[in-house]
Amino acid sequence: MTGTRLEVLSTAGKRSGRGKAVRSLLRYAILLLALAFFLFPIIWVVSTSIKLPGEYLKNPPVWIPQTPTLIHFTNVMEAKGALALRNSVIVATSATALTMVVGSLAAYSLVRFGTGGRHLSFWLLSQRLMPPVVLVVPFFLVLRTLGEINPALGIDSHGALIALYTVFNLPYVIWMMRSYFQSVPADIEESALVDGSSRFAVFWRLTLPLSLPGLIATATFAFIFAWTEFLFAVIFTRTKAFTLPVAIAGYTGSQGSNWGQASALAVVATAPIFLLGLLVQRHFVRGLTLGAVRG
Amino acid sequence: MTTSIPLEGQPVVSPRGLGWSARRRRDGWLMVAPAVLLILALGVYPLISSLVLSFRRWDLQSHETPFIGIANYAEAVADARHWGSWANTLAIVVSAVSLELLLGFGLALLLLGDFRGKRLLLPLLMLPVMMVPVVVGLTWRMLWDNQYGPINHLLGLVAGRDVNIVWLAHRDTALAAMVVTDVWQWTPFMLLVLLAGLTGVNPELYEAASLDGAGWWASLRDISLPGIAPVVAVAVLFRALDAFKLFDLVFMFTQGGPGTSTESISWYIYQLGFRFFRLGYASAVSYVAVVILTVVATVYVARFLREIPE
Repeated sequence: MTGTRLEVLSTAGKRSGRGKAVRSLLRYAILLLALAFFLFPIIWVVSTSIKLPGEYLKNPPVWIPQTPTLIHFTNVMEAKGALALRNSVIVATSATALTMVVGSLAAYSLVRFGTGGRHLSFWLLSQRLMPPVVLVVPFFLVLRTLGEINPALGIDSHGALIALYTVFNLPYVIWMMRSYFQSVPADIEESALVDGSSRFAVFWRLTLPLSLPGLIATATFAFIFAWTEFLFAVIFTRTKAFTLPVAIAGYTGSQGSNWGQASALAVVATAPIFLLGLLVQRHFVRGLTLGAVRG
Repeated sequence: MTTSIPLEGQPVVSPRGLGWSARRRRDGWLMVAPAVLLILALGVYPLISSLVLSFRRWDLQSHETPFIGIANYAEAVADARHWGSWANTLAIVVSAVSLELLLGFGLALLLLGDFRGKRLLLPLLMLPVMMVPVVVGLTWRMLWDNQYGPINHLLGLVAGRDVNIVWLAHRDTALAAMVVTDVWQWTPFMLLVLLAGLTGVNPELYEAASLDGAGWWASLRDISLPGIAPVVAVAVLFRALDAFKLFDLVFMFTQGGPGTSTESISWYIYQLGFRFFRLGYASAVSYVAVVILTVVATVYVARFLREIPE
């Protein structure tokens, strides 16, 4: 299908063999240039992470590390890195798990029971549009109060970040799971119900497995959002619960002298989400547009 | 969707006898309750308390929080630094999103159809989108560096003499650097969304146009563009709302400086709240942003997204 249409869009007009070859060459040239532009910064930060200061603080710049080293990785892990990694894993995993359970339940109810009608769905979605910064002051006051009652939920606690990320990802997860549940035909469920299965059994054994690819993709995106979040993390953590982005940002004050360590930590923070992202690449467009555009 | 109609309302055949529909409704609300309660507690309640706060003078050091009416809002309206942060944010959002749209569309056209290497190319292009924004900030902070960064060096090679632009030390070059960095991270997003849109256009339309003798440009203008207009509208809305939050790059590049010349709205609110501890005023400035954004988004949705997909 795509092939036929492309044929029309790319060869309408000139059809001579030579013109086609030139255009194809031109296409590759431009795409390679674009690829170089999009990959170069990533290569640069990876290469900085294995350069010694003598190489990354050099003019003209050293393009290829001559004496590659892993010293920055060991150093940064012995410094703040290990704790930041641990915090990020705890916070992002717990927030994702919580959001998925609460969000899938709500999404299922919206789809199958029509709970609250369209209004509830759109109210939930509208929560996503708020710029997070408008919530930092009230959050700060809430967390300060909570912290006096139970320090595990106050400023600089895992609990606080988990709660904030759960709430922030909820509208996203509900909206995505709603769209995945909608594609499970209702009659399959209905016949299972007529056969005597309970509603919960139907959800657990039928609907959930059928929407599993969507569930995994949604969870992955929720995880990436929590993993990369910086604003809340930098404001609501101090010395204990800080996540990887906060630890990386902590290196910027120094005039370049710590670039090696900062880059090493950046590589540690980036590698897992690259792997996760590539696993769900088929869902990429749908996942990033809340299902509005199907890739 | 017709198949699901019996489930949306009263079931035609009720396997559970009377009370079935009431129970369904109760179960339905029980299932959404945790989500709704969480959002009420940590989304709606803070927003309301922030509104209350915006009518008070609340400085963290003092224990008094007197009601001062609209004084905070009056100050926000007259505050040049506040509007400066709006100007910076808008300049970056508008230039970055339009560049991303243009570049993304051009690249999407080049990526249409099948060709060797496409399966390898697409995932590689997704990498910038997945990057941690702080890592993007760190990476480009090194690239823009006037002494050790490769950008000045490459410009020097092109110009044939030493180039020493201190990119992040002047307002205009720093804002331009933020735009380029944002374009780097988010053009692939536009590209992939537009590519999905272009791929979804009904192929028969192109065939019909081709039979009618329409050329490449006519096909593009009369079929592709109208066909992907809804996708473009969604992509621009998402990207603009996201770019508007601009905070991480300001933190990593300039910390709002020199002076206050590169502050974004998020950065200014952060400064008000957590450097000057003026929580009442920070709330008022936040509310100005909420109101303006809500109005703009509503008008935009009504104008461009009249048919929101179910």
